[in-house]
Amino acid sequence: MSHPTLPAIEVPPWETGNVQPLLHEIGHALRELLNNNKETCIDLHALPMAPGEEARLVEALGKGEISVQLRALGKSRIDETKYPGVWLITHFNANEEVVGKFIEITRIPDLIKSQREDIAAGLLNLEDELHEE
Amino acid sequence: MKNDPSLLEVLRQQGVSRRGFLKFCAATASLMALPPGMAPVIAKALEQAHRPSVIWLSFQECTGCTESLTRSHAPTIEGLIFDAISLDYHHTLQAASGSAAEEARMAAMKANKGEYLLVVDGSIPTADPGYSTIAGISNLEMLREVAADAAAIIAVGTCAAFGGLPHAKPNPTGAVAVSDIITDKPIINVSGCPPIPVVITGVLAHFLTFGTLPKLDHLGRPLAFYGNNIHDRCYRRPFYERGQFAESFDDEGAKKGWCLYKLGCKGPVTYNACATTKWNNGTSFPIESGHGCLGCSEPNFWDLGGFYNALSEPSVNTGNAAAFGLVAGAAVGAASGIMARKEKDNTSHAHQKVTVNDLKRGESQ
Repeated sequence: MSHPTLPAIEVPPWETGNVQPLLHEIGHALRELLNNNKETCIDLHALPMAPGEEARLVEALGKGEISVQLRALGKSRIDETKYPGVWLITHFNANEEVVGKFIEITRIPDLIKSQREDIAAGLLNLEDELHEE
Repeated sequence: MKNDPSLLEVLRQQGVSRRGFLKFCAATASLMALPPGMAPVIAKALEQAHRPSVIWLSFQECTGCTESLTRSHAPTIEGLIFDAISLDYHHTLQAASGSAAEEARMAAMKANKGEYLLVVDGSIPTADPGYSTIAGISNLEMLREVAADAAAIIAVGTCAAFGGLPHAKPNPTGAVAVSDIITDKPIINVSGCPPIPVVITGVLAHFLTFGTLPKLDHLGRPLAFYGNNIHDRCYRRPFYERGQFAESFDDEGAKKGWCLYKLGCKGPVTYNACATTKWNNGTSFPIESGHGCLGCSEPNFWDLGGFYNALSEPSVNTGNAAAFGLVAGAAVGAASGIMARKEKDNTSHAHQKVTVNDLKRGESQ
């Protein structure tokens, strides 16, 4: 019994070939954001990446106009890429180790907005301060 | 238990803001291999989640699983999940010892009857109870006693999940897995020698979030982490496709990072998350360091004919291991235990038969 031989996949050495399809996926998501206001989030840790490939993806996305640093449970970096609406979000723990890496296609990542619960807690603190004076 | 603070309150007490909590949920979704869109669902569930009581029993083991879990330095995400449970008994970590420790276990069992989680690492000796005891109580007796009122059991590490190293030929202690003894409780096997830390905490997070156990494969392992084999997710896979293999650890192919299949890599028959989750806080995994996968999350991985023999090479007869498994199964008198063992032996049998052609056949179907 013979089996059809699989065609060889043409990829450069040391690569999974995932960077290019991912850029296409981001392109589709960006069009969805533009036309239908639909947001997308991609978990980069769920994809196999060869050494150096993630860096190539980050390089391809480039740097945009906004960089935000969040300090909560360790640092987080939230950078808009050179493609407006495409954000690269990297979460670190207190030891500066990466615990999550996401690409969000949105106008502004939710994490940047002040959260209702934090505003309420902050207001209480402010009132306490004013009361003490 | 019901008056315990929720996970959200525990995090608040540690000075974690809402933003921090949302970040925690995003990282938790990622570590549970859930779509990122699930983060708000996790946030909502964790706001109400209460700390489950956990009793951790260590039997015939090397403490590597506990090491794997506690290696991370607080406050990591997995550290926070670990903090979020009420670990009521763990004889390596707890301060109490002797009868005080056993009393703590009994008190936790009574207070949380039917609701506590039982975590087991290590296999259970059945040949002679004297091989492994805690406070004079045999492993078998303690397992049965604690399992009776547990909501669910998490068998951490290949020893608890499949018998592990103690079960290796000639298995002098008659070591068996948790599932060979306990057959009337949900058991989740988190195999690996040791398991990836975030896989252990991922299962705990799933229980905290949804109050249920995640979907399991045919060997009782959570599909989110054991759904893909190492080979399918390996970045060296393209070399395999092109037939470019390292023939020795120092040849040109090895230097170019070619596929390690011929050097005994068990990636094609090993189901685990190493290739994507990676080790040492996401640094790398064995194949990235130039060594083939040992297959440590699979049953009987040490008896599969040598770590450096290619999968297609004939390996030693594992008939004896199967016989020991059956004898051990008969000793505990659990028919389903024997069935479980049979399935595992079938799996190990299947391991020997896999060839390059078989793999290609599987793909072309």
